[in-house]
Amino acid sequence: MSPVRVVHATPASRVGVAVAMVGLVALTAAPAWVARSDLRLMAEIYSYVVLASLWNVLAGYAGLVSVGQQAYVGFGAYALFALAMLAGVHPLAALPLVGVAAAVVAVPVAALMFRLRGHYFAIGTWVVAEVFRLISAQLSVLGGGSGISLPVSIVIAMAEGRQMREFMIYWISLAMLAAVLGAIVLLLRSRHGLALTAIRDNELAARSSGVDVRQLKLAVYVACAGGTAIMGALIFLQKLRVSPDTAFSINDWTAFVIFITVIGGIGRVEGPIVGTLLFFALRQALTDLGSIYLMTLGAIAILVMLFAPRGLWGLLADRFGWQAFPLARRVQAS
Amino acid sequence: MNSIVQGVLIGGLYAMFAAGLSLIFGVMRLVNIAHGDLIVLAAYVSLLVTQSLGLDALSSLAIVVPVMAALGYALQRGMLNRTLGDDLLPSLLVTFGLSVIIQNGLLEFFTADSRRLQAGALEVASVPLGALSLGVLPLIQFAASIAIIGALELLFYRTAWGRAFRATADDPTVAQLMGLDTRHVFALAMALSLAVVAVAGIFLAIRTNFDPAIGPARLIFGFEAVIIGGLGSLWGTLAGGIVLGVAQAIGAQLDPGWQVLAGHVAFLLILALRPQGLFPKVQP
Repeated sequence: MSPVRVVHATPASRVGVAVAMVGLVALTAAPAWVARSDLRLMAEIYSYVVLASLWNVLAGYAGLVSVGQQAYVGFGAYALFALAMLAGVHPLAALPLVGVAAAVVAVPVAALMFRLRGHYFAIGTWVVAEVFRLISAQLSVLGGGSGISLPVSIVIAMAEGRQMREFMIYWISLAMLAAVLGAIVLLLRSRHGLALTAIRDNELAARSSGVDVRQLKLAVYVACAGGTAIMGALIFLQKLRVSPDTAFSINDWTAFVIFITVIGGIGRVEGPIVGTLLFFALRQALTDLGSIYLMTLGAIAILVMLFAPRGLWGLLADRFGWQAFPLARRVQAS
Repeated sequence: MNSIVQGVLIGGLYAMFAAGLSLIFGVMRLVNIAHGDLIVLAAYVSLLVTQSLGLDALSSLAIVVPVMAALGYALQRGMLNRTLGDDLLPSLLVTFGLSVIIQNGLLEFFTADSRRLQAGALEVASVPLGALSLGVLPLIQFAASIAIIGALELLFYRTAWGRAFRATADDPTVAQLMGLDTRHVFALAMALSLAVVAVAGIFLAIRTNFDPAIGPARLIFGFEAVIIGGLGSLWGTLAGGIVLGVAQAIGAQLDPGWQVLAGHVAFLLILALRPQGLFPKVQP
């Protein structure tokens, strides 16, 4: 037995995990105590936490600043519609298949994009998203440029009644949220997580300590592509209609996601959660302002990046030592 | 044949998009995500200038170029200099935010209507060349691209400014020790980049309809031209622009929906087969 052990939890993280568990139970029961329109909003919030958390792992930990994750949101949406409409797969059964398909597609994409460094990688991923969008507009079986709705027969066959269908999408979104956050926490606690954190802090130092940076980045990129695609499929399963411009929207699936992560705190698991709540609060307050609202978001993101680059949660964590998840590493004599 | 010549000519415009991008990347390792939106901003500024002062499109250059250059200097000095450093995230995210602000600001002031800059008789003038008939305007624009890239090359390798740019690019710390004010040098580079952007914006505005949303696609074209041409090489951006323009022209011949896609495919092919680009100067 080794004389010391590594302890992950802190008093704050014990509180955080307890709150998360109670919250998860309460949210699972939400269909019983929340109006249907609010349920839809909550599912949307979960989807942004998931997208932002995945982007945070990519950009905040693995140093892969992608501005093209809408490629996988759209891919997921189109793959789901294709599987359901052309292959007759039940939409819910299609979700994992969509994730696998996106991960497979992500491998050659990564092989190409990893040839570009830093900023150029970012714009390269954007080109890939554009290519996906332009190809989807050429798919005449899926409506071409104007898009297509999921046929009523498939929608009806999905679940018994509209209410049950909406409940199901809500629960799956919540499950996705729990699964993605759980997976990220487990990943970061593992030795790969230690390697990722090392890459975040200093890539060169990580490499010289024996971290296989390229392999790890590839794994993270592929996994995030799969997760993003499943989330994309779920988002458009709720919308019931897909079109190239909505599915591959850089505003909806990348700009908002980046703002959420930056404002909440990039490179921290809690950041995307805090950022999403703030983002939706801002949206409810300012949404009538249209383009001024978007300009405000842009300005806030710039100010945060310039003056508080660790985001809101970063400020709180630095000030009070808060940590919602058991991710610390302290050595204790056992 | 005609469409390929047109592709070459529009390639000159893409090279102009790319030259400004390549310039600031070369000097300070900054990729300006708002580059395309700044091109569109320049187009709108020249629209305002021509409408309010009654100038013709090309003469508006005399006002738009200094205005954009001043904007570039102020932007770099006031904001972007703070984002430079080993970590690329700040500059990327700040210019991304800037892009959103410019796009939505234009939308707020000019609405989403598509506009066009009138260039009078010049728009339809053409010169016969064998079996082809070439527009005078595209020829002027192509000549302007060559002139700009030639001038940038001269400036980089023959002047004191250029020496300052290259010194700062090689090692900002040592450049500062030698008495260069790097913040000023970076700001000058951005001013120069936006001066090129101004010219590109005006030619874009004469050539096609524009609206506030088309900026990102211009950034992507410029970026593709840089990578195809090879990082760090200004003449390479011209070659890259031409390859991109011709690929798009060929794609458009096959199917109108394939125009932009064919350009992206050409870019991805180059990336797969020759990742260093056609005429590389530095490693990507």
